[in-house]
Amino acid sequence: MDETTKLTEAQELTPWDRVQMARHPLRPHTLDYIAALCEDFVELHGDRRFGDDAAIVGGLATFAERTVMVIGHQKGSDTRENMKRNFGMSHPEGYRKAQRLMRQAEKFGISVICFVDTPAADPKKESEERGQGNAIAESILVMTNLRVPIIAAVIGEGGSGGALALSVADRILMQENAIFSVAPPEAAASILWHDSAKAPDAARALKLTARDLYELHIIDDVVPEPGGGAHQSPQEAITALGTRIRAHLDTISQIEIATLLNQRYQKYRVIGQYAEA
Amino acid sequence: MWVKCNACRELVYKKELTDNLKVCPKCGHHMRMSAREWIDLLDGGSFSEMDAHLLPTDPLGFVSLGESYAEKLVKSQQRTGMPDALLSGVGMICGGRLALTVGDFAFMGSSMGSVYGEKLSRAAERAADMGIPLLTINTSGGARQQEGVIALMQMAKVTMALTRLADVGQPHIALMIDPCYGGVTASYPSVADVIIAEPGANIGFAGKRLIEQIMRQKLPAGFQTAEFMLEHGMIDMVVERNQLRDTIGRLIRLYGARRRPVTRRDPVEELIGAIPYM
Repeated sequence: MDETTKLTEAQELTPWDRVQMARHPLRPHTLDYIAALCEDFVELHGDRRFGDDAAIVGGLATFAERTVMVIGHQKGSDTRENMKRNFGMSHPEGYRKAQRLMRQAEKFGISVICFVDTPAADPKKESEERGQGNAIAESILVMTNLRVPIIAAVIGEGGSGGALALSVADRILMQENAIFSVAPPEAAASILWHDSAKAPDAARALKLTARDLYELHIIDDVVPEPGGGAHQSPQEAITALGTRIRAHLDTISQIEIATLLNQRYQKYRVIGQYAEA
Repeated sequence: MWVKCNACRELVYKKELTDNLKVCPKCGHHMRMSAREWIDLLDGGSFSEMDAHLLPTDPLGFVSLGESYAEKLVKSQQRTGMPDALLSGVGMICGGRLALTVGDFAFMGSSMGSVYGEKLSRAAERAADMGIPLLTINTSGGARQQEGVIALMQMAKVTMALTRLADVGQPHIALMIDPCYGGVTASYPSVADVIIAEPGANIGFAGKRLIEQIMRQKLPAGFQTAEFMLEHGMIDMVVERNQLRDTIGRLIRLYGARRRPVTRRDPVEELIGAIPYM
């Protein structure tokens, strides 16, 4: 398929179609990317406070001839796996594990690569008791001034604060059919119109597609997917994303850290639109 | 003349309620106050408003099935007399200067959008420039849905701006008032240097209705109250409204009376910057 046909096909997809593709169970997930793109992955477990959350995975690996810290939300491809992974909805322990690994990356001067793929942060009673709000806030804070390069790649669903907790980065990449949203479309429709069945309308209104977010200057790169979506040809999708991550990592690794931190500050500081009377 | 307390259902004489800082004299319930009413927490006449000229827009051209975002904004502006949900300025508490932001729940649930994020970021940067503490008074339903990911990103933006305050060694004191949820709970107030909450304030990340109806979990009485947050180690203290001035004034004095200058955490910055990344 040449570029033109691909583009035409892509233009016909509605935002709601893309939500379905972003959620497709056979879409490659974080551990698939790590397995295909990295060597010598050593998974590190636990937050050293309460437990180990299977909804976020992380550890050391070799990527593009260097050691990196890879961290990502982990969904399952079937029900059994999804039960274990809590459908990629992290508990406070998951974010606190991510913070621990990020601080460790800083300690050893290792770049961080985050894979973002979560419907939302876990909204259960136990997560509230253990400080879900604090856990997400701490993750954001750690990433704002972490003294190593950070790349975030949205590979499926970027849902709400739970996604942002792994997305404060020097470069944010999104696959063409991935989504990034202030809330899951069902929740947004429920908040706005008291009807979660209006999710397709919310998906359109929220401007949650990669193309929309690129035009809004929220993300830095839209990575093409194979025709029909990443689940149609996982290997092709993984390779395409790997190439782009490598290119961005090469670029930002050249930047002196104080400059990079200033750029990261500015990148987020300018987000927002308002009028001045 | 008479106001009915939402908690105990008793009728209270309005003047008596105002004199009691809108705390029910019968049951101690802390009623909600507008952002403007919160200014009374400061020393009389010390408040100067800042960034009042920042106005909301409709960055997504939000296609609503009901009332448009623009219509909602106009209604909220008329109801509250505020351009958006956050009021910002500088003032004094017990003679100590500080920067202040207050959310107004009557303005679209004090949801955090572009104007909220920009005003708060400017307040943090201003406090850093002036070398004064920042007090944030927080109530919110979360990120403003009508501004999509732009609203979500305000969580990162204000957290960024607050690092400037940390850099100059000035404290961020967060007061959480009823109710405070979602993206606001999951960002700057939850990582403040001191977190204070009013008695009985509802504070959490996920809303109770979501937990009960979607996750189908039974919630105990007192779940997600200020007292619950204190018990679980998430906040420093629960302080009654009539004690807030004294508590915050004391904290500002304590943080301000250091004998040693603040040193940055990384004295080998240049050295680290020179090491190439792996």
